[in-house]
Amino acid sequence: MSTDQTVKKVSAALAEYGIGVAFVLELILFAVLSPYFLTAENLLNVTLQTSITAIIAVGMTFVILTAGIDLSVGSVVAFAGVVTTVVLKLDLSPMIAYPLGIGAGLMFGVLTGGVAGIFVTKFRITPFIVTLALMTIWRGLAFVVTEGRPIWELPEGFAVLARGRMAEIPIPTIIMLIVFGAAHFVLTQTRFGRYVYAVGGNVEAARLAGIDTNRVLMQVYVISGVLASLGGILLASRVNSGQPNAGLMYELDVIAAVVVGGTSLFGGRGTVIGTLIGSLLIGVLRNGLNLMNVESYVQQVIVGIVILLAVMMDRLGK
Amino acid sequence: MNNLLSMNSISKKYPGVTALDAVSFELKPGEVHCLVGENGAGKSTLMKILGGAVAMDAGIIEVSGSAVTVSSPAAAQQLGIGVIYQDFKLVNDLSVAENVLLGQEPLRRWKMIDKNLMHEKVRQVLGQLGEELDTHVRVGTLGMAKRQIVEIAKTLVRNMRILVMDEPSASLTEQEIRNLFQVIRRLKKEGVGIIYISHRLDEIFEIGERVTVLRDGKNVKTAAVSEVDRRTLIRWMVGRELEQEYPKVPLKRGSEILRTEQLGAGRLRDISLGVMRGEIFGIAGLVGAGRSELAHIIFGASKREKGKVYLDGKEFNPASPSEAIDAGVGLLTEDRNRYGLLMQMNVRENVSLSKIRDVLKGFRIDKTKERIAAQGFVDQLRIKTPSLETGVETLSGGNRQKVVLARWLFTRSKLLIFDEPTAGIDVGAKFEIYNLMNDLAERGIGVIIISSELPELLGMCDRIAVMCEGRITGVLNREEATQEKILALATQFNEATSSVH
Repeated sequence: MSTDQTVKKVSAALAEYGIGVAFVLELILFAVLSPYFLTAENLLNVTLQTSITAIIAVGMTFVILTAGIDLSVGSVVAFAGVVTTVVLKLDLSPMIAYPLGIGAGLMFGVLTGGVAGIFVTKFRITPFIVTLALMTIWRGLAFVVTEGRPIWELPEGFAVLARGRMAEIPIPTIIMLIVFGAAHFVLTQTRFGRYVYAVGGNVEAARLAGIDTNRVLMQVYVISGVLASLGGILLASRVNSGQPNAGLMYELDVIAAVVVGGTSLFGGRGTVIGTLIGSLLIGVLRNGLNLMNVESYVQQVIVGIVILLAVMMDRLGK
Repeated sequence: MNNLLSMNSISKKYPGVTALDAVSFELKPGEVHCLVGENGAGKSTLMKILGGAVAMDAGIIEVSGSAVTVSSPAAAQQLGIGVIYQDFKLVNDLSVAENVLLGQEPLRRWKMIDKNLMHEKVRQVLGQLGEELDTHVRVGTLGMAKRQIVEIAKTLVRNMRILVMDEPSASLTEQEIRNLFQVIRRLKKEGVGIIYISHRLDEIFEIGERVTVLRDGKNVKTAAVSEVDRRTLIRWMVGRELEQEYPKVPLKRGSEILRTEQLGAGRLRDISLGVMRGEIFGIAGLVGAGRSELAHIIFGASKREKGKVYLDGKEFNPASPSEAIDAGVGLLTEDRNRYGLLMQMNVRENVSLSKIRDVLKGFRIDKTKERIAAQGFVDQLRIKTPSLETGVETLSGGNRQKVVLARWLFTRSKLLIFDEPTAGIDVGAKFEIYNLMNDLAERGIGVIIISSELPELLGMCDRIAVMCEGRITGVLNREEATQEKILALATQFNEATSSVH
């Protein structure tokens, strides 16, 4: 096969599968470079490490599909972790403590998403500003509530959530897959999913087609808030404590995963499958660089370059 | 006189389509040469080639007698070719003067902009066009007509000798079109050659010297405007005889479908009117008379402040479009690309959007059911689309409008409001839309047409309400309605107020 043909075939494949091709190339590259990379244990590890940002990225995908943005997710991670761990310290019986603690954390997600939604829809403030403000509010409150100290000495069972396994598969990985499966179903099969794309494509046309656009916007911020809280609870379980500085800068990793996954920041176009691949692409990269003992500062540089290349490949394919 | 521009045997192929097949076109200095044809005839491809946006496969372009290559939009500008697109290319946040001289700012030392000189220069150019416009105003605050003047001034400053105007009258009122024609006449005196593209044939007879008709990428005819009539022009464009432009059928008036009583909101005052089933009811008026606002209130998209609305005899007060849709009202918005269709979605999704609940199976959208429903309307309305999964983006204006209509038939509307239904749609497709309106009326659906094209209202409507400054100034029966009477009613208050001053 001539190089010309190869180039044509690769670009055709890119056009069709975009970021998926880049992801497969990446897997092949690391499989060649590191013998340990392609073991089941390592791959499961990657999904475990990726799970929290990937779950949050699902919520972010909904928001970005409506042409919005949610900068507050990193701080929501911290505050949700604090809320849950504070409840767990209340000295209740485990039967009550776990559901209540986790429920409270998730309810906080509904609250912050609802607040964001109200400011975006009723007061017509741009999502960027609203969630930027929420970002500093929740981060600040997390420090206020904990007086700047982590919440330790949680009931022993809590850590199982993030560290346990079912049939060899890490529980966060399972949760991640369930979240992605559900989100994929919602976006492709339900009326709400159709509305999300419509609102993101053209909010005024959607309104004139009879869609309650404010309600849709409200709902996507609630989804993002709840999934960020879920991520926060998992993270608290993993570090077995409520940390006020947890999830710092997560919003950037999450937005990167969504955008690398091919979702348009202008709204209306994108999929959660793309987001899953985008999250894994970045997760695998970190993992592979770790295996090759690349220094963490250098890793940051490489991750940034790969984000640019991945998005560029995606655009060239189209 | 020598040709300012001559395009000889221009050909352009796209994969699977021949967009232009040896098309020729000439332009003399000081001439307005109209270019007409249905959508897809090749007008825009030809103009894109002239403007340097698209490369031709074969052909020769000569400007003032010497062969040139137009390799890019910048090269076209260098050659004195200016194109004014329908959606203007202006920077809304900059002032009139800054826009006109964008990239050509007069400089003082240290590359500082000489603001006084800039405004002076622009005032002078505007004066040439017979316009008095504050050069400090932000372009974003101007109406469409003034923005067009700014675009024209831009080309004048850059010394363009060849000016392409693509549907320049599309968003202008009658009065603004008059002004535009004045400006065009001044440009002609300066020796500028103008290529004028429009679907409105009346304008061609008023402003053009010659007209060239394209069909399916080929030259059909070039003729002096004085030697052709409207009917001939349409025959050349469509390629067959259209019996009439407006296929009006006799009306079978039924019960009252819509009644408004002393409706008021914003600018609207005391709007009282009744529309019958089976009737095609027109609403005329200048842009800004409040016609679209009225439609939006009936559709629940804007708030009503006073008065009552009855639908089918029952009081009706929709708080949102979805309530109006459930009650059986459909609105085909003005500017369907911006407010009607979801451009990134396909035909199927656009058809079902307003009543997805009818194709739900539990939480899921039953796509088979959705497809069957959408296909039914594609067949019924003869929507030309490769498939249901085709993005509406790729459809022509007429077919896009039909997709919007399909949406409102899917919701089982009993009252349909068409706001500027045939804007940007070519003659053949217009005819089809009119026929569909007749069908709808015959099926007992109330049809309201809001239009700035008076011939369309006169040709299709049983009654025409005229609005001026937010009020209804008269309702004319088909038999008594004339262009003059409508215009008099449409400007009633404007004249009253201007005579006071």
